[in-house]
Amino acid sequence: MQPFATLYSRLDASSGTSSRVAALAAYFESADPADAAWALHVLLGKQGKRLITGRRLREICLAGSPLPDWLFDDCYAQVGDSAETIALLWQQVAPQTGPVGAEGSPGESWAGAPLHRWLDELLPAAAALQGEAQAEAVRQLWQGLSANELLVANKLLTGGLRVGVGPGLVLRALAQFSGLEAALLQHRLMGGFSPSPEAYRQLLAPAHQTEAVPSRPYPFFLASPLEELPAGAAEDWLAEWKFDGIRGQLIHRAGQVFLWSRGEELINTAFPELIAAATNLPEGTVLDGEILVWPSTAAQPAPFSQLQRRLGRKAPGRALLAACPAAFVAYDLLEGEGDDRRQRPLRQRRAALEELLHRCSEAAPTPAAGLLRLSPRLPLTAWDQLEPLRQQAAAAAAEGLMLKDLASPYLAGRRRGSWWKHKRDPDTLDAVLLYAQAGSGRRANLFTDYTFGLWDGDGQLVTFAKAYSGLDDAEITALDRWIRQHTTERFGPVRAVEPLQVFELAFEGLQQSPRHKSGLAVRFPRIRRWRHDKPAQEADTLATALALLERGPC
Amino acid sequence: MPLPAGSLLELTPQGLYCPAAAAWIDPCRPVPRALITHAHADHARPGCGEYWAIGASETILRQRLGATINLIPVDYGQLHRIGDARVSFHSAGHVLGSAQIRLEAGGESWLVSGDYKRCADPSCAPFAPVRADVFITEATFGLPIYRWRSGAQVAADIVQWWRGAPERPSLLFAYAFGKAQRLLAELAAIGVREEVLLHGAVEALMPAYREAGVVLPPTQAVSALAKGESLAGRLVIAPPSAHRSVWMRRFKLPQTAFVSGWMAVRGARRRRGYERGFVLSDHADWPGLLQSVKESGARQVYVTHGNSDGLARYLREVEGLSAEPLEGAAAAA
Repeated sequence: MQPFATLYSRLDASSGTSSRVAALAAYFESADPADAAWALHVLLGKQGKRLITGRRLREICLAGSPLPDWLFDDCYAQVGDSAETIALLWQQVAPQTGPVGAEGSPGESWAGAPLHRWLDELLPAAAALQGEAQAEAVRQLWQGLSANELLVANKLLTGGLRVGVGPGLVLRALAQFSGLEAALLQHRLMGGFSPSPEAYRQLLAPAHQTEAVPSRPYPFFLASPLEELPAGAAEDWLAEWKFDGIRGQLIHRAGQVFLWSRGEELINTAFPELIAAATNLPEGTVLDGEILVWPSTAAQPAPFSQLQRRLGRKAPGRALLAACPAAFVAYDLLEGEGDDRRQRPLRQRRAALEELLHRCSEAAPTPAAGLLRLSPRLPLTAWDQLEPLRQQAAAAAAEGLMLKDLASPYLAGRRRGSWWKHKRDPDTLDAVLLYAQAGSGRRANLFTDYTFGLWDGDGQLVTFAKAYSGLDDAEITALDRWIRQHTTERFGPVRAVEPLQVFELAFEGLQQSPRHKSGLAVRFPRIRRWRHDKPAQEADTLATALALLERGPC
Repeated sequence: MPLPAGSLLELTPQGLYCPAAAAWIDPCRPVPRALITHAHADHARPGCGEYWAIGASETILRQRLGATINLIPVDYGQLHRIGDARVSFHSAGHVLGSAQIRLEAGGESWLVSGDYKRCADPSCAPFAPVRADVFITEATFGLPIYRWRSGAQVAADIVQWWRGAPERPSLLFAYAFGKAQRLLAELAAIGVREEVLLHGAVEALMPAYREAGVVLPPTQAVSALAKGESLAGRLVIAPPSAHRSVWMRRFKLPQTAFVSGWMAVRGARRRRGYERGFVLSDHADWPGLLQSVKESGARQVYVTHGNSDGLARYLREVEGLSAEPLEGAAAAA
C-alpha cells in the first residue's frame, strides 16, 4: 500500500507534466507486476463501481469514535470529501486498541500488504460483509495506516481516486519506462484491461508480439475546437455535420460484430439493429461514426433526448426500437479488408468508405441502407463558405461542423491540427440566481453550485437550470461573499439568496421535461457572464425559453 | 450570544470593552486606551490614544503603527491597576510578544485569549495557562480535523522538500510576521545553517526578532542579491501575497509551498494553487483548544473567530461546560 500511497501524494503535490511522468515511471519501474496492473487500472479511472459509499464509511467512522454526528458533518463541510475527512479524523478518534480481525490479532495492521492484496482481496472482502461485521473489517483495515494511506484506502473503497492525471500521462510514463510507443500501449488497452499480472505483462510485451483480438477497437481520434481558419485551401479539407449523438466504432471481424462507445464500452445489446446491419459489411471492416436516432423516413436525426432513451436501456424492447430507431452515420474507415488503414490519408479512407457503403447498400437495399449511413460531405470550396454552412447547422439538426484535413492520417486521442470541430453558437438566456450550495473538493466551503430561475407569466421566478462552471476564481470569491451576505433562508446545505444577481447562461440544447418545475431541461448549462449591468426584473422569461424550444431542435 | 448586561466586558462597535478599566481589547477603531494582545494587523490598529502591550512587541508595533505612538510596555505576569480593574498580560505562545489579557474587578475575573497556540515555538515565549471565571477563546481551527505535528517534524519535512530539488529555487510562502520567523527558528533548531533568502516584507520583521535574541539562520533580502545570480537550490520565504506576483518572475521554475494550518485540508491547498502544503500553525489545534478551556477553569466560556458555533456546541454537549459563541465579536475584532 505504501508505495502507491506515496505515488498518490507525489502526483498530488506536483503540477508539472514532467515531474508527474517521472513519478509514475519510477513507480512502474519498481512495482511488482501484480501491483502495477492494479495501479494502472486505478489511474486510468477504470476501477468501476464503488465498493462502499462515503456515507457508509462515515457511519463506520462515527460508530467507532466518540465524535458527535454533527461535528463530523461540520468537518466534512470544511474538507469536502468523506474519504479525506475520515483520514484526518480517524487517527485521533480511533479506539486505542484495535478490534480483532478475522485473521489478525488485536492491533495487527494491513499497512504492509501489497496493493494487489488490498484490491484483490482485502477491500472486496470488507465490501461483501454487512452490518457490524463490515464495520469491524473496515476499522481493521484502517488500523495502523498513515493519514495518507488511509486517504488512499478510502478512495479505493469509494472508487473516487482521482489525482489529476489523465490517461495520456499514465501512458506516457508507461511508454517511457517500457520503451514501447504510447500509441501501441493505448491500442492494446482498448476494449478493456483486467488488472492481473498476466494482462500487465502482455501489455508490455515486445512490439512484435501483439496478438490479434477480433473485438479490439482502435483508439478514437478526437477533434479540438476550431480557433482560426486552417492554413491552405478549403478544398483540401472535408466538411461534415457535427451530429449530436454518441461516438461509436463498429467492427466486423472473424464473423462477429462489435459496437464500442467512446467510453470503451461494448454496447451491442443496446443497438441490436446496428449489429444486424453490420453483418452486411465485409469481414475485416472497422468504421468510425456517430450513433443517432434517425427514422429511415426522416430527413434529419431526432434530438439527443430520443437517443438518451435508448442509452438508458441495456436491451431495448420492441416498442422502443420502433419509436426510436438507431442509425450509424459512418465517417471514417479505420480497417478495410483486414488492413489497418489509419496511416493512409483521409482522402483515400473516405473514398474507400464511400465505395464500401455504396456496395453494401446495393447488396442489401432496405432496411440496412437506412441503418448504415454515410456522413454527407458538405460543399466547401472556399473558406468564405464556412460561416454560411455553420449557420445551417441548426436546420440540419447538427451541433455544428467538422473540418478534417484530407491529407491527414487517423491519429489517436485529442491532437490538434487535422480534425477541428466548429460548433454553432450556443443558445443563451439571462437568468436570476436563486439558490447556492457549497461545492466539494477544491471548492469545499465555497458556494459554487448555483441554481437559476426565469420569470413565469405571473411574475414569479421559476427554477430552470443549475450551473457550476464559467466563473473565474475572483468572481467565485466575490459571489461567495455576496451569497453569504444575502442569504434569505437555509435548507440544509442549500441557501436561498435574494433574487438580485443576473447571469447569462449558455447551453447546448433545450428540451421539454415533465420532471422540472419549469417544464424545461437544458444540456450543458454554464455561466457565460455575470450581468452586473442587468437588474433582475430584466432577466429572461419562460416564454423566451419556450420560443427557443419551438425554433427548432437544438 | 451577546454578553450579559453589566458584565466585566461588553461588546461595543469598537470591540471588546472593559468599563472598569476604561479600555478596549484589540479595538478595531481608534479609542483612548487599547490593550493589545499582539501586533498582527487585525489586532493592533493605528490611531489610539494609549497602547498597552508586551515589551517584546514594541519594535514591531512602532514599526507598524508609527514611531510616536504612546505605548506602555509591560511584562508577562505583571499586575497593573488600570482604572478600577486589575489587568495582567500572560504569554499566548502565538508570536513574539503575544499575550492573553486577564482583567479583574468587582470580584470577577475574565481572560481574553487573543490568538494562541500550545505547541512549542522557538521564536516566542510558550503559552502560560491562567485561570479565570470567564474565558473568551479563539477557535480559528475549531474542528477535530486540525491537529498539529511538532514544528521540528514539519521543519524536517521542509528541509527534505528543499534539498530534494537542488536545481530549482524553493519558495516557501508564510505570513510575514510570526510564521516566517518561526519557520526560520524551527529550521535553525534542527541544524540548518545555510543562508535563507527573504522577501522584503519578511525581512522588515527580522530586526525585532534578532533583538529579542531568537536563534535564527543567516538571512538576506532577495532584493540585495546581484541581478542574474542563480537561485537554484536556495530557500526563499515570502508572504502569500507574493504568490503569482511580478516578484515571482525573478525565480526560474520554482517549486512552491504554503505553510499554514489550512494546508491540513487538500482542497484548501489546491484552491490556492500551491504544489505543496506544510501544516504549521500559530493557532491552537483542536486538542489545544479543549486543553486550554479546561485549564482556564472557567465557569463560562465564550468562543470567537473561526468555528465558534461548533466549538461552543461541543463544549456544551460533550464536555458539559457552559459555552456560547460570542456574537458580533468576529465582526468587531
